[in-house]
Amino acid sequence: MDFPVELLINALIAGILLGGFYAAVTVGVSISFGILDIVNIAHPAFIILGSYIAYIASSRLGLDPILVSILALPAFYYLGAAIYQVYYVSFEKRGQEALRGLAFFFGLLFVTEVVLILVFGVDYRYVSAPYIDETIRIGMFDLPLRMLIPFIISMLLLGGLQLYLTRTYTGRAIMAVAQDQFALQLMAADPIRIKRIAFGISIATASIAGALLIVIQPVEPSVGREYIGRVFAICVLGGLGSLPGTVIGALLLGIMESLTSTFYGPSWAPAVAFGFLLLTLAFRPAGIMGR
Amino acid sequence: MRTPVFFLVSLAVGLALFFIARQYGNDYIFFAGYTVLQFIVLATAWNILGGYCGYVNFGSAAFFAMGAYTTVALTKFPNFANRYLPESIAWLAQGITYMPIPVFMLLGGLIAGLVGLGTGYLTLRLRGVFFAIATLALAVVLQTLIVNWDYVGGSRGAYVIRPATVPLIGNYVEYLFLLMMVLSVIALTVARGIERSQLGYGFATIRDDELAAEASGVPTLRLKLVATTLSGAFMGMAGAPFPYYIGFLEPSSAFGLAYAVNSIAMPMIGGTTSWVGPLLGAVLLGSLQQYATVTISSAVSLLVVGLLLVGFVIIAPNGIVGLFQKFVRHKEEPEIPLHDPAEETP
Repeated sequence: MDFPVELLINALIAGILLGGFYAAVTVGVSISFGILDIVNIAHPAFIILGSYIAYIASSRLGLDPILVSILALPAFYYLGAAIYQVYYVSFEKRGQEALRGLAFFFGLLFVTEVVLILVFGVDYRYVSAPYIDETIRIGMFDLPLRMLIPFIISMLLLGGLQLYLTRTYTGRAIMAVAQDQFALQLMAADPIRIKRIAFGISIATASIAGALLIVIQPVEPSVGREYIGRVFAICVLGGLGSLPGTVIGALLLGIMESLTSTFYGPSWAPAVAFGFLLLTLAFRPAGIMGR
Repeated sequence: MRTPVFFLVSLAVGLALFFIARQYGNDYIFFAGYTVLQFIVLATAWNILGGYCGYVNFGSAAFFAMGAYTTVALTKFPNFANRYLPESIAWLAQGITYMPIPVFMLLGGLIAGLVGLGTGYLTLRLRGVFFAIATLALAVVLQTLIVNWDYVGGSRGAYVIRPATVPLIGNYVEYLFLLMMVLSVIALTVARGIERSQLGYGFATIRDDELAAEASGVPTLRLKLVATTLSGAFMGMAGAPFPYYIGFLEPSSAFGLAYAVNSIAMPMIGGTTSWVGPLLGAVLLGSLQQYATVTISSAVSLLVVGLLLVGFVIIAPNGIVGLFQKFVRHKEEPEIPLHDPAEETP
């Protein structure tokens, strides 16, 4: 039997598209964990929340799920800002973020999941949009729009955020707060306000990531858990807090997972992220683009 | 109270509870009591690492399931040996059928302890957060492995036949209850013993300031590995009798997030600094959940646990024990206001 080149190339393409989507899922954690040092393990739960909002709006009102997620951005932003305020007052100010802050986010993750189960049940939900069933065929290669559109949106999101962080005053302040909070205060910027804005943005990305998720696959409340390992693996792999690193890490993981599920079976894919995470932590904890 | 005395006293209390419960002749008491005892072990085990060392383990469910699946793997072995292995090995393998559950518990504890050691060794040299994240991912990966492992039933799950009676005690549920009771007494004794020993002081230095501890010559990595192994082993031991208790084990129930949440929420709500906290939290939350599961629904009871966890870490960071201590202190002496570190440095 000769090696199935066509299968390999299609798996690579699928992996790149998947990785692009993972970048959108991870970017929120790259900001909160990588830049602000807030270990928001509840991020995947907010992504699932975003998926359900996209689901409700598109099934009841017939709106496009991705459009809905963009409309929901302010709501997610203020949700994030509110969570940061609670986190700051209860943990950061008291210097207890290590143990209790983690437990707090874990509790949030769990509460969100259980509430979604109580409201929607554990059935898989999906959305319909005209592009979900279409596939572009170039020669022997498949480009399903269901994956291609999330990839494009995700790259736009990441590009936009990178420009925001490097070109605007607030964005630069966010990058600065990661390095030296005190110096930021000397520049007449309130570090707490900056962090609140940044955390709000990080949660806001969950809205878009959630809509992309439900475009790609049917969603039920506990799907988010599978993403915790992936998200942190990518975040660490890419070097904490670096958005280009996040994209590279996400693409690598996407390709690895796609190859694994093509050649070994899809039920093994979740284990890839953990292997990646452990290897990165053991050999290069600073990540690919680490400072 | 010295440690052996404490052990005997708590064992006596446990046995007294057992015989009182037996007077009622109601199996449900033992069914519900088993779950509460199981949570006492899980919460105490979590607290050895989380409360004493300050390292958060989100993968309690993984360690618990390791124990449970060790039992499943062992009970499946005689059948497997009969079919695929030479006769002499198959004959030896029949011995497993007669192994008592305490042996399964020891083996389950051993396996889970080794997994704890391995995870700890790979991640504990870095910042504490990475360990927490790795344990979260560990649960997902072990579940993937079990789902893909047909020998232990894969995603379909596995049946474990529970004998109806055991010699001396009679009812099987009562037997399981008794085993779990002894295990929780052991776990509490170990936790209390650690608190009062050099090991406990070493753990406390790690929790308070790891860098300073390291600088003063505390072998931090070794101590952390001791804590992870011990904590993982107790969780595994708590899981080993579980297949017999439930009768049918499937990955999604063994790896349920409820275990992870409960084993964090119980010490956090009870108080993490002493062995009393996890005990208190497990008894309160465990009974509350049993009650809410029967009267309302299991999803609602989990929601209550999650909300209590979030509420307690915000409002009462030292749990019920902390609230109690504060109350006692207030009566005795006026509190000296501590200076707020946040005011000093921005």
